[in-house]
Amino acid sequence: MLKKIEAIIRENKLNDVKDALEKIGILGLNILEIRGRGRQGGIKLVGRSGTYQVDLLPKIQVNIILSERNLEETIDAILDAAYTGEAGDGLIFVYPVEEVIRIRTRERGHEAVMYPGDIDERKSRTGSTGA
Amino acid sequence: MPSPINTGDTAWMLVCCSLVLLMTPALALFYGGMVRRKNILSTLTLSFAFMALIGVQWVLYGYSLAFGPDIGGLIGGLDFVGLKGVGAAPSAHYGPTIPQGLFAAFQMMFAVITPALITGAFVERVRFQSFLFFSLIWATLVYDPLAHWVWAKGGWLNQLGVLDFAGGTVVHIAAGFSALAFALVIGPRKGFGKYPMEPSNIPLTVLGAGLLWVGWFGFNAGSALAANGVAVNALLTTNTSAAAAGLVWMLLGWLEGRPSTLGIATGMVVGLAAVTPASGYVTPMAALVIGAVAAVLCYYSIRFRQNRNLDESMDVWACHGMASTWGMVATGLFATLEVNSGGANGLFFGNPAQLALQLLAVAVTIAFTFIVTFVVAKVLDLSIGLRVSPMEEEVGLDISSHGERAYS
Repeated sequence: MLKKIEAIIRENKLNDVKDALEKIGILGLNILEIRGRGRQGGIKLVGRSGTYQVDLLPKIQVNIILSERNLEETIDAILDAAYTGEAGDGLIFVYPVEEVIRIRTRERGHEAVMYPGDIDERKSRTGSTGA
Repeated sequence: MPSPINTGDTAWMLVCCSLVLLMTPALALFYGGMVRRKNILSTLTLSFAFMALIGVQWVLYGYSLAFGPDIGGLIGGLDFVGLKGVGAAPSAHYGPTIPQGLFAAFQMMFAVITPALITGAFVERVRFQSFLFFSLIWATLVYDPLAHWVWAKGGWLNQLGVLDFAGGTVVHIAAGFSALAFALVIGPRKGFGKYPMEPSNIPLTVLGAGLLWVGWFGFNAGSALAANGVAVNALLTTNTSAAAAGLVWMLLGWLEGRPSTLGIATGMVVGLAAVTPASGYVTPMAALVIGAVAAVLCYYSIRFRQNRNLDESMDVWACHGMASTWGMVATGLFATLEVNSGGANGLFFGNPAQLALQLLAVAVTIAFTFIVTFVVAKVLDLSIGLRVSPMEEEVGLDISSHGERAYS
């Protein structure tokens, strides 16, 4: 069963999250630059004379398609890397994915989201199921 | 017979003419970087348009109205229409060592940038056609007469002995209070006060400010109309005032939080505007005080304007109008014959009468420019309309007025 993770994180946490994902073997992902509002309530920026409030803040959305068996491990990695403890750390959404197709090879399903050296290859090498 | 033309003075003034012209694209960038992304081209065009509009108007009749032989102390008449008789020979009154054509060209650049300053009041919502009409009318009814009153031989304020070296009244007070009047008529941008309207390109604004500072040497030092000690003094005072104002603004910003880049750039411009009328009459130490005080005055003028919820968007009134109002007063305080024997002494040098003259000039300029601008803007608003439609404003003037995107 394939899943999609949308992780909305702070802009400055992107490198930490990418590194943490790479460490566990999640290599394929893409990002969107978005602006959003939540509990953080915006930020005070400085103008010519005094400050003003901006409430739609830039965030990064990290998109990952992955097998359900890797889901919890990936979520844990993102949670640890993206955390600061302040309001505005972000949210993670999980969706079911109907189909995945790799354009170059026309592979479908799980094969389409597997890469050399990634989490599934490591698990099959060590014989761990992880599920 | 030796030529009255001094090649040193002429070469210098040729450069100054170019420096002042550069200030208009610099101003375009200064304003452009401060508006939202969807309006940056429109904002640039509002300033650039004057290079074309006044470039023609001045040659046709602007120079004649401003500097033609005086009629009743009020206007210059039509002797110089089409720059007839304005050529290689020096004028008897203006710049006796340079060709009159060069004096006319130099003054043109002032006539170009002054209305461009006003555009800051109505960015992001003005209708381009209405703006062009307004600009032509303003140049003819406000700038040309005012320049005549203050700078022309026979101009009534000039005759009284008002000191305005490079355009405190004619340029900055005029632009500032005209901007105020126009802003009151056109109304605020849609969503002003509710949604933040962040500057889209502060690097452009800072670039504009830097070019303005350099160009201002042509503006102030060039107003000596010669390569001499007065010009050098004007350069020094110009620089010192900008520096002091930049520092003070930075400190004021620091007191409230973090000192912003945009703030420092604004502070410098305020110092430049303040010292403009005084630059050829006061000492560098006086300029230091002028800049420092200007920064405080203008910083809190912006705050005042914000608290009144008036969308005079680029703070032309607070930064130019108020800066030069102080500058004209300061001229009445600090002017000394030791710097410029062609000037006068101010209050601190034993001549309180000069301060009274300066205040008169300020009052006249404020009243004249504000009232005429308000009336013209109102008439245009009631007839052809000053604003684009709400939809055009939402989409952005780059697309709706000019059919272009700044960034594709």
